[in-house]
Amino acid sequence: MTRETIREAVVKALTGVAPEIDPASLNADRPFRQEFDLDSMDFLNFVIALHASLNVDVPEADYPRLASLNGAVDYLANRLGAS
Amino acid sequence: MIEFRMPALGADMEAGTLVQWHKKPGDTVTRGDIIAVVDTEKGAIEIEVFDGGVIDRTVVEPGQKVPVGTVLAVIRAPGEAPGEPEAVVAAAPATPPPGAPARTVSEGALAGRSVSEGAPTHARVSPAARKAAEHLRVDLSSVEGRGPGGSITVADVERAAARRGAPGPADRIAGMRSAIGAAMARAKREIPHLYLSTAVDLTRSLAWLVSENQRRPVTERLLTAVLFVKAVARACVEVPALNGYWTDHGFTSGPGVHIGCAIALRGGGLVAPALHDVDRKRLDALGREFGDLVKRARSGGLRSSEMSDATITVTNLGDLGVESAYAIIYPPQVAIVGFGRVVERPWVIDGRIEPRSVVNVSVSADHRATDGREAGLFLAAIDRALQAPESL
Repeated sequence: MTRETIREAVVKALTGVAPEIDPASLNADRPFRQEFDLDSMDFLNFVIALHASLNVDVPEADYPRLASLNGAVDYLANRLGAS
Repeated sequence: MIEFRMPALGADMEAGTLVQWHKKPGDTVTRGDIIAVVDTEKGAIEIEVFDGGVIDRTVVEPGQKVPVGTVLAVIRAPGEAPGEPEAVVAAAPATPPPGAPARTVSEGALAGRSVSEGAPTHARVSPAARKAAEHLRVDLSSVEGRGPGGSITVADVERAAARRGAPGPADRIAGMRSAIGAAMARAKREIPHLYLSTAVDLTRSLAWLVSENQRRPVTERLLTAVLFVKAVARACVEVPALNGYWTDHGFTSGPGVHIGCAIALRGGGLVAPALHDVDRKRLDALGREFGDLVKRARSGGLRSSEMSDATITVTNLGDLGVESAYAIIYPPQVAIVGFGRVVERPWVIDGRIEPRSVVNVSVSADHRATDGREAGLFLAAIDRALQAPESL
């Protein structure tokens, strides 16, 4: 699995919980939870969506590492051993 | 014959637009079946039927906007013979009769409010015009028919749409704002609120939640909000005076512990659909139901019972960084509980200062139904429940 595939999955999970997000204007280094007003239920659904598409179960303790798009891609690439 | 009426889906609803019938004349329905979809400021709501029987006829057609209490359909009780078509009066009554849908709240919800929409239109509408009205979200009762014999044509609908300006999400949000405003103004006018709050040490609950979620797959993880809702349910059982409705006849205990959960909608506004029988459900089931409720609140598909039978409401503003929330009671309920953000605070335990996770919990209660003593006991019960998360 490539970083690009992971990135697409993260963006899809994000727009799944907040459909108004425009992926093109997403700042990849900014924490998205506050920027897009995601509450804890949204964030849980985001993690569930990642689990469904990438088959990665992110433990709660690792949630902070999913704060931004780049952070999430790095973390997931590491977990999945992506190239 | 049973008259099936437009239910009051909350104190702030005055009228709804029938979008679709899920049942047709001749169909058998049982209590709880979804009979129709109604569009309101809070989105499309699936309407459940309260009485079983056979649909005799439908009175209101898709696309029509009618006031709360208007007869939508007539249902034959089991064994009853088909009735006369003209037996139904289309005009909305000021209050629904006993046994009408959403009866648990209709009395309070309708008190002191007159139905302003008048009778539903019975002008003839061409099928194409009806389709256009649905598409353009035009209320047919407001359209002047200029077709043959005063019937409404596509051109009439388009003229009405153009006069009103482009419809869109902004209209819905404006409609929701004014509906919420009306309900809250009424609450502030009629309900003598009392407010109490206390800081609850959440350290034990959070530690339990962390260890619990560690062993749970992601799809079954619990949110702090689920513990809050369950703790409130415990308090409702211990102090039932805060769980129920205020009507013209005084306080009525809730038929169960149905907790309305204030859910902010993306784009603005909020809804507070109910989780049913929270006191009798395990956390696992509650967690699933809560997730499902939030999803349906935000994407459509809430059911009429969820919109109308909450016996108390919980609002959780902690995710926004708010430290304390003092909420306005949603009539005809008599209490609302507010949770703030969980914060780390220096706390004195057995004479020593320790860092603890603390949350401010408030209750707003109706002074006609209860007093500060009971409301205080209620808060104490929430605190106690959150000190023993493993037994929630």
